[in-house]
Amino acid sequence: MAHLQEPAIKKINEICDRYVNETTPLMMILSDIQKEYGYIPLEVQEIVSERTGLSVAEIYGVVTFYSFFSLTPKGKYVIGCCLGTACYVKGAQQIIDKFSEIIGIKPGETSADGLFTLDALRCIGACGIAPAVTINGKVYPKLTVDAVPKIVEEYKAMEA
Amino acid sequence: MAKVNIKIEGIPFEVEAGLTILEAAKQCGFEIPSLCAFNHGECSQGSCRVCLVEATGARGLVASCVYPVAEGMEITISSPKATAARRTSVELLLSNHNKNCQQCEKNGNCELLHVAKITGARDDMYLGEQTPVTFDQLTPTIVRDTSKCVLCGRCVARCANAHGKDMGILGFEKRGFNTIVAPVENRSFIHSPCIMCGQCINVCPTGALMEKSEIARVDEAFKAGKYVIVQTAPAVRAALGEEFGMKIGTPVTGKMVAALKRLGFKKVFDTNFAADLTIMEEGTELLNRIQNGGKLPMITSCSPGWVNYAEYNYGDLLDHLSSCKSPHEMFGAILKTYYAEKIGVDPKDMFVVSIMPCSCKKYEKERPQLTTNGLADVDAVLTTRELGRLIRRAGINFQKLPDEDFDTDIVHDYSGAGVIFGVTGGVMEAALRTVYYKLTGKEYDKIAFTEVRGLEGVREATIDINGTSVSVAVANGMKSAKVLLDDIRAGKSKYLFIEIMGCPGGCINGGGQPYVRPAFLPNEEDDILDTYIQKRAAALYSEDERQVIRQSHNNPQIKALYDEFLGEPNSHKAHELLHTTYAAREKYDN
Repeated sequence: MAHLQEPAIKKINEICDRYVNETTPLMMILSDIQKEYGYIPLEVQEIVSERTGLSVAEIYGVVTFYSFFSLTPKGKYVIGCCLGTACYVKGAQQIIDKFSEIIGIKPGETSADGLFTLDALRCIGACGIAPAVTINGKVYPKLTVDAVPKIVEEYKAMEA
Repeated sequence: MAKVNIKIEGIPFEVEAGLTILEAAKQCGFEIPSLCAFNHGECSQGSCRVCLVEATGARGLVASCVYPVAEGMEITISSPKATAARRTSVELLLSNHNKNCQQCEKNGNCELLHVAKITGARDDMYLGEQTPVTFDQLTPTIVRDTSKCVLCGRCVARCANAHGKDMGILGFEKRGFNTIVAPVENRSFIHSPCIMCGQCINVCPTGALMEKSEIARVDEAFKAGKYVIVQTAPAVRAALGEEFGMKIGTPVTGKMVAALKRLGFKKVFDTNFAADLTIMEEGTELLNRIQNGGKLPMITSCSPGWVNYAEYNYGDLLDHLSSCKSPHEMFGAILKTYYAEKIGVDPKDMFVVSIMPCSCKKYEKERPQLTTNGLADVDAVLTTRELGRLIRRAGINFQKLPDEDFDTDIVHDYSGAGVIFGVTGGVMEAALRTVYYKLTGKEYDKIAFTEVRGLEGVREATIDINGTSVSVAVANGMKSAKVLLDDIRAGKSKYLFIEIMGCPGGCINGGGQPYVRPAFLPNEEDDILDTYIQKRAAALYSEDERQVIRQSHNNPQIKALYDEFLGEPNSHKAHELLHTTYAAREKYDN
């Protein structure tokens, strides 16, 4: 198993320190780690296990239960397609399929160049602007299939 | 305790407040079918929905294993609505279940099949997709087959309860229809820090967790014409009778020997002889450590589950472990050297089978450190349950067997000290009997050191030996052991000698012992899950009392073995044959 670098171990311990007074700190710790690194690999879960006294098995269970947490690194741009009921009836499936087709990855995967991750989300609470897509927090309201290629091109252009 | 008044099927009862409907109903004489609930809520996730009943004040049907009784509550178990709901729950479980019951070794002890029968579940009511299956048989000990798993979570709870919340190996993974119970990343047990104690097997209601059977391996040895010798651990005799419907706690030593002789084994020996040998070696090692400033406290090394735990979690404390092999391994080594020579059999043609209460011994025998002259000390390990299967397969009517004696060769006699190895505190007590003699030159007049008996997780005692007070501690289950180990690591331990057993209660509650399932034990008390360990322990203590020789050092054949072959305890030869080494291991390799 690959071992973590010293600064990462320090950082993760620092995150755990933030919640030492909480009775149930796990979700908060995992959220912070997810935000900091974009993923929570097993080595990191082992440190959290030592710090919280919860088994790695239990932590792994939480990480795999919530789609917000990831076991593998996410791309630089995380495309979240809402597939909630409202978005779905407004054609969200076609939109996520289009992203999938253009980038060449399935929902849940990250592109080989590390640029994009495609996530299928349940309701993100933006039903009024369905179908909605978020990319790194930026919301794209009432998206159409035709608009998808241009959006992908824009992000690619930023990297060029 | 506050009481509440309830009605079940219209009949009034007064029960303790705070009980679940399931437990209250049981006290009132109603057995609600249930599956995920286990022993006072040790595991009750309310997940299987098999125990649904109607209760006033509740919205819809409630899972009686988690729903508490309340004043004035009226409970209906037998209404058409409730019975239909329970039947549907079981039918849904069956729809995602691998129903190859005939080949399943849990057949006869399967609680899913039991509730299916009771609820009248029909076959193939819901056909459709099945959860992807994992079949893990990489370890020599535990087989995990998710196609049989009902996600009750009993194994998850048992592992964490026995070995600590921080250490539980099994957990729920993923979500919804894809949920499985597994070690992290759905790894094999062999690639996780599982200590292979087999407690999860003991509580699994279905065939999802099973021991890896070695019956075929033994069959092969017979077929190949090997000189097949069998040895039985002390805890087996305290539980084997349960396989044949006898009351829990019935010692069946004589019948067990009779059965083994009828199964064709050339010799039937008692591992207790080797337990006496262990005491001689371990006791001497302890005295040497005390007198020569060796690492203290010394910790016993008979339990392979505990040794696994130490190698994974306390790699820095391994020099505290006694270097003694576990008794059955010692016996194997003696059989393939001293005994083979005596009877004129080539050790290569010898096949040593150990009948053990333990599933982890299957793993232990594969350790590369446990070989002599290139031959494994022990060739196959069968659990108490597997022996039950062998006996049934051979058509032997166990109940009608006469009592017979172990073979009376050069390695036969055993002391009472050897017998109590099977219960937590037993190795400690056996060692104390001998250490007391070595230090004082006389026997301890009360013989029994009752201070170290009991079933609490950690026990400690201070024994006065010739004016010196010797502090000792006993732990069973890794949750309890951790407390003592952390003290050693912090340099705070005040003990000279510690006994640690992997399973709660010691070997009598090992991962290879007969299943204790109230549903299949109509003649046992309601609280049998709370008392069975004690009952099995009592069977061993009573055998100790019946023995003429009560101390290992007084076993005449042990004396002869040293005179003729080994020299003295901890001699060069003894070290070669009877001692071993340990190595720290990474928790999640690859």
